This record gives sequence, C-alpha cells and structure tokens, in this order.
Amino acid sequence: MNDLRELYQETILDHYRQPRNFCRPAHANCMASGHNPLCGDQVRLYLQLENDVIRNAGFEGSGCAISTASASLLTEAIKGKSKAQALDLMSRFHAMVTGRTSADGMGKLAALAGVCEFPQRVKCATLAWHTMKAALEDVHEAVTTE
Amino acid sequence: MSRSEQESLRKNMQPAELVGNEFLVSLWRNDFPILQATVHGVPLAYLDNAATTQKPLSVMDAENYYYRHDNANVHRGIHALSQRATDAFEAARVKVQHLVNAASANEIIFVRGTTEAINLVAQSYGRSFFKAGDEIIVSGMEHHSNIVPWQILCEQSGAILRIIPVNHSGELEFEAYNRLFNQRTRLVAVTHVSNALGTINPVRAMIDLAHIRGVPVLLDGAQAIAHMPVDVQELDCDFYAFSGHKLYGPTGIGVLYAKSALLDIMPPYQGGGDMIRSVSFDGTVYNSIPYKFEAGTPNIAGAIGLGAAVDYLSNIGFDKVTRHEQALLSYATQSVMRVPGVRIIGDALEKTGILSFVLEGVHPHDIGSILDLQGVAIRTGHHCAMPLMKHFGVSATARASFGLYNTKDEVDKLVAAIFHVKEVFGI
Repeated sequence: MNDLRELYQETILDHYRQPRNFCRPAHANCMASGHNPLCGDQVRLYLQLENDVIRNAGFEGSGCAISTASASLLTEAIKGKSKAQALDLMSRFHAMVTGRTSADGMGKLAALAGVCEFPQRVKCATLAWHTMKAALEDVHEAVTTE
Repeated sequence: MSRSEQESLRKNMQPAELVGNEFLVSLWRNDFPILQATVHGVPLAYLDNAATTQKPLSVMDAENYYYRHDNANVHRGIHALSQRATDAFEAARVKVQHLVNAASANEIIFVRGTTEAINLVAQSYGRSFFKAGDEIIVSGMEHHSNIVPWQILCEQSGAILRIIPVNHSGELEFEAYNRLFNQRTRLVAVTHVSNALGTINPVRAMIDLAHIRGVPVLLDGAQAIAHMPVDVQELDCDFYAFSGHKLYGPTGIGVLYAKSALLDIMPPYQGGGDMIRSVSFDGTVYNSIPYKFEAGTPNIAGAIGLGAAVDYLSNIGFDKVTRHEQALLSYATQSVMRVPGVRIIGDALEKTGILSFVLEGVHPHDIGSILDLQGVAIRTGHHCAMPLMKHFGVSATARASFGLYNTKDEVDKLVAAIFHVKEVFGI
C-alpha cells in the first residue's frame, strides 16, 4: 500500500477537497477547455495575461482527485510566471510524472511525483497542463487527452 | 409478485446458494490459469468480466492445437491440412449454431465482434433498404457500438434515430417504446443486456411488439451470451450479435446471427476472397450465405477457440452458471449497498451480474486505482454508454461484473477495498 500513499498524498487530497483558484478570475483574457473522454474529466482554465506574464489563473470543471489537484496546484504554480517559464514548467512537470526526472526543484508540484508509478493516471495529471498550453497558444478548440 | 416483494426477496436472500456452489466454482477456477495471478503482490480478484472474460485452458489449447497441427487456409486448398482447417472452422460454426439454436449453420456469420456485426447490418441491410425519413428505434441504454453505426447510416441515408427512454431503475419504458412505432419505423436495434447496468431487457415482448408492425429487430447480445441461454428461434429475433471474448473465447472473433431470408436479400458487406463464386471484369457472382459475408481469410484460430469456449460453457450448463451468478449478484448488491456513501446505479428487477456504483466524494477513476492496488480489477468510466451516464447524472461509474468463476470471497475483497478507498479519502 506504499504506492497508494505515494499517489494520494495529503497535499493531493487537500487540493481535491478544497481546490484553489476554483473560479473564473474577473480579468481573465484567455481560456481553454480540456477533456479526458475516457474518464469524463473536464477542465476549463482561465488566465489573465499581461505583457506575456500570467497575472492570475483559475479553473472550473470536474474530475478525479489527481486531475483536480493537478489543476489546482497548476493555478498556484504559474501565477507571476512568463509564458515561456510556464511552458518550461510544463515540460519539467511532464518529465516528472512520466518518471524521466526526479521531483527536485518542483516545489508543491512534487506531490504529484507518485503518478509516475501509475502510467494510466498520467493523463489525469497532465490534463490541466495541456489545457494551459492551449490557452497560452490561444487555441480555441477543446483539447483532449485522446 | 409485486416489485417491493421481489426487492425484499432479493435483499433477504442469504448467500446459502453461494456456499453450495463453492466446490463447483473452485473446480471451474482451476480451468482458468490467469486466476492464480497476483497483481501488485496480492492475489487477483478479476471483476471486469463485462469488459472481457478470462479464457479456460481448453480454449487456449484448441487454438494452440490448430496452429501446431492443422494450420492452413480454409475453403480453398486441395491438401490435407486445408481440409482439416476447413472442417474445424465449420465445426465451430455448428457449435455456435447450437449455442443460439439457429435453424441453420448458414445463419451464423463469423465477424470480428459485436461491433462489426452491427456495422454489417447497418451497412448491408440498412443502407440497402432505408430511405430518408425512415426511423430506427434504439434505446437510451445502448453501448456506443449500437448507436454510432446507426448514426453513420442516418447520415448516409437520411434516416433518423428514435430513442426508447430509460426509467430511474435503469429499465426501458415499455409504453414509450410502444408509442415510438409509426409507418416509417424500419428497425429496432436494442441491447439484450445493458453493459453499464446489467439490466435484462424484455426482448421477447419487444420483438413481438415490433413484429406485429412488420418491423425486424436486432439484439446486441454482447452482455447476454455468456450469462443466460439464448434461443434465437424462441426469441424470433431477426439479428443477434455477440463477441467471442465475452464468452470465455478469444478476442477478434464474433458472430452475427441473422435469419437466412434476410441474409439472402442483403448485399455483401465487404468484397474480397471467399465471398465470391466467380469474378470477371463484366461482373461478379457472390457466394451463398454465410460466405457472402465473410470476405478474406477469416480468423480461423479464433473461430476454433470460440467453438472450444462454447463447448466449455455447454458442458457446465447455463442452469448452473446463471444460478451462481445471480446468487453472487444478490450477495454483492447487499454487501456494497451497506457501504455508507455508495449509490448503486441501476436496480432493475431483472439483471445479470453487473454492479455499477458511485461513491460520494470520490471519482470512480480514483476508486479504480485504489481497488487495483488491492488486486481488485474493475472497470471505471462511462462504459461506452455516455447517453446513459447523462441520464443518471454521472460522468462515470465504477463497475464490478461477475463471471462464472467469481466467488463470495472476491466480493468480500471488493467491499473491503471500497472501505479502504473511504479511508484514503478520509470519508
């Protein structure tokens, strides 16, 4: 059962029960939707971009503990970052949850490192990040994990 | 018996039946090597039989024997191996004929699975005979495989779908079904058993109602075929589709049963070898049924494996299988219902061994992962029945589904694992 505690860390359960930035920020100026058709997870991500810097972020939607906590942690992690920094963080996050790099230097996002032992759950963890990329690239079509 | 009386009977049913069956089930379990497996270091409890069933040794042996001793192409070769392969392939067809009590082996078409069988009917029968404005009746509890082929056909032909509504228990609304018929109704395509809920539909009465109006009926038998006797002549269905792999047989092989009168007037679904009698550039003469619908080299080993699976089930007997699975369903329903926060989705009076549920505060996907770590294999998600999920106001459910080899002990593991989910989530 150690794997289980690795996956469902207290931070994840906390962000699942009480997601942060679970709203549409008043001054949001880009938005994208993401959908995981296999499990029905849906996320809408809102960003407030000012001169290439993410001033605010929020999300709405429904999903499993992993996808909800990941979206919640994402909104905290990218506030104040430039587009390029956010996309760099995304690739480091992806490397972590697929087991290619360690959780070093990932801050609170390290709570999701346990996902690398559960390949079926990588899509849950990365849904919000793919959606963020779409929002930053101003893609209007809903992104999907499939 | 009233509905409440039936419900109370089910709730009060003791697992005596299960205890009585334990010895038999332990013998059956020995036939399935994979059931001895461990996952994540704990014994496997395989409760995902509605997705696919495990295979008995006799099925694996039949395929293995065929490849070792008889492998050749069918219906063509003059040599000994080709004759043996053809004999084995056609013997499998006769076994399937007897399984569903078809009037003739020519009414058994080998296809890849239920999905291909339904697509065959849509593209051959539907595309030939349906026109713009014609109506096809399906139900609100269909698997996507019995929705999308008809939607494709509707786009091609201008026909339209009419939907039989589902009630809060997950049963079809019979009166509403009756009212859907009109002069333009051309086909009823409905599932025999719901893959997401386990509901057994009153197909005999539904077929009668359709036939009074001269409308043929296709039954999606994917979830019924391994769990109850199916007699296509008694049902008088016009088409019956099922997959081998849900019947303890191999993947990639399935069956379309159709009345020969219909098959005779239907054009081929695909063109190629084996489905023709003679080809010239002036025209082609098609083979007779069933070969007209079996273009290309078929899944010979798969058909032989399916024949072995049919033998396996027939030797056990549906009386024993159905009795055991019904007892297991009653026990599992009672046990899972007792877990606080669980809501069972679908409580039809007539059900096969499928238990779909949600747990308040936990997404089914998380339930599935936590159960998996305890060795309990279930399916989570929308079960390829998104319209039905919408009807129940959920995006997904957790689904445990039973086969002949499942035990009371495995149900207890399921329940303990659900309690563990609650512990992890602190609810």
